[in-house]
Amino acid sequence: MKTKMPVMRKLSKDLVRNKYVYMMLLPVVAYYFIFSYLPMYGLQIAFKDFVPTKGIWHSDWAGFKHFVAFYDSYYFWRILRNTLLLSFYELVFGFPAPIVLALLLNELRRKMFKNVVQSITYLPHFISVVVVAGMMVDFLASDGIINQIVAWFGGTPLSYLLQPEWFRTIYVSSGIWQGVGWGSIIYLAAIAGIDPSLYEAARVDGAGRFRQLLNITLPGIMPTIMILLLLRFGHLMSGGSFEKILLLYKPTTYETADVISTFVYRRGLLQFDYGFSAAIGLMNNIVNFALLLTANALSRRFSEHKLW
Amino acid sequence: MLNSRSFGERLFDSLNALLMIALMAVTLYPFLYVLFASFSSPAELMQHRGLLLAPEGFSLQAYKLVLADPMIASGYFNTLFYVIIGTALNILLTSFAAYGLSRRGTLLGNKVMFAIVFTMFFSGGLIPHYLIIKNLHLFDTRWVMILPTAISTWNLLVMRTSFQQVPVALEESARIDGANDFTILFRIFLPVSLPILAVMTLFYGVQHWNSYLDAMIYLRDRELYPLQLILQEILIANSTDQMMTTVSDFDKGLVQETIKYATIIVATVPILLLYPFLQRYFVKGVMLGAIKE
Repeated sequence: MKTKMPVMRKLSKDLVRNKYVYMMLLPVVAYYFIFSYLPMYGLQIAFKDFVPTKGIWHSDWAGFKHFVAFYDSYYFWRILRNTLLLSFYELVFGFPAPIVLALLLNELRRKMFKNVVQSITYLPHFISVVVVAGMMVDFLASDGIINQIVAWFGGTPLSYLLQPEWFRTIYVSSGIWQGVGWGSIIYLAAIAGIDPSLYEAARVDGAGRFRQLLNITLPGIMPTIMILLLLRFGHLMSGGSFEKILLLYKPTTYETADVISTFVYRRGLLQFDYGFSAAIGLMNNIVNFALLLTANALSRRFSEHKLW
Repeated sequence: MLNSRSFGERLFDSLNALLMIALMAVTLYPFLYVLFASFSSPAELMQHRGLLLAPEGFSLQAYKLVLADPMIASGYFNTLFYVIIGTALNILLTSFAAYGLSRRGTLLGNKVMFAIVFTMFFSGGLIPHYLIIKNLHLFDTRWVMILPTAISTWNLLVMRTSFQQVPVALEESARIDGANDFTILFRIFLPVSLPILAVMTLFYGVQHWNSYLDAMIYLRDRELYPLQLILQEILIANSTDQMMTTVSDFDKGLVQETIKYATIIVATVPILLLYPFLQRYFVKGVMLGAIKE
């Protein structure tokens, strides 16, 4: 309407008119500036020989030295493989689990029973990762309950958490145990949003419950599935929950358990190799961001689902 | 209607119900096992093989040792401090942000919104974050457990969606009476958004209660340790010795196990007690988030 008004005058008028709104937003903007954007500014140390006494700004530039060093390092392929494989198994097994649970819950006929199942399966989501990892360490120990049961069936006891070949299985299955119920809520919400007249029409046409599930429920929650799948692609290079891996892995299982984030943590915060670690972190972030953009672009192109 | 089900359907329904019962058992049993084991007599628990369906013998020794431990007590106190102060700040800032960003007709609102959402997809990462915390002299202070996590962007989006659904008519009469935005937020928006406020309190509170990574990275002074970090030492790093100074060497190996179980219970009970009261709220929270997406 008033496009002719100069920008500055328009802005100052807006600042006066909405002064209380901006007063509320001020601490919020300060928070994001300090704790999100200053670290982004600090990312420049990925291209520097960072010396703490010189600070972020005054350290000398080092070009792509850290990136080259990482690519050449002995561990590069190992942690890249571990990161991608852990994400891959989480995607293949962890992603469909809540969808299946939501579909099964939706088929339960007694509402009371359904509520009880929901209440109980949501519970582990609220338990701290330290407690979950602590229980796993205890249950999976060589004299733990799992091995007692294995022995009862005639198997040989094994310290599962010391076996590299067991790490991914343990990690992914415990993740499903903790997250399947909570993850199903969003799909149940989507199912609840499906137009009931669709089911009635299908019943009139003689479709059984299985056909209804396949032809109405599943297509009805497809947009939700696609959106969550897209968001997953933005985390492919994250290689799972950093906190949980840090609690569960041991030098003997680094071979399969060490991922980019844990490597960054050790090299950066335990060995004080700041520039090198920041470079790996930056590379990781860029790849994640690129994956998300690519997945979104592909999805926009081949279907109507998109994040933005 | 129930009679009209075919044999196949009835078979499916029964199998489905069985599967759900199995799922509940698998979900709950680890907690029950820990509970039973924590009350068991250490010597009898050691002898026992296989699943526990009740405590083996009965002993409160582990609980006595855990509750008498000064580190557990100080961890409990610190965690309560971080939960209460941290959540209060979370709610205040998230309400400000959600209110400010749900207003239409501000020039900068959309730009701020974009800058905030962008941080969900791209961040500086661990190392620069660590250096900033050090530069700000937050390292090894109580503030490091509160300020860097003052707003969760996800929760902010959920609350903003909720605020956008508040009818405009509610605030119009207040505005005519000369109320400013602060009054409207505290007198109108928050009172009509009590369920979502409950959800946010729950999400933030649990997050503070369970947080351990920030404490591990940023705290060195044991006096400031939250409960989860003490737990990590006991459960993962296996150090229970300081609790057992009064226990004979012979018993140490035995008591060590039950101490772990008792610690888990002591650290998890507050959440388990609150859970039934709060669970009807949080489903609503997730669904509001889903609407936005």
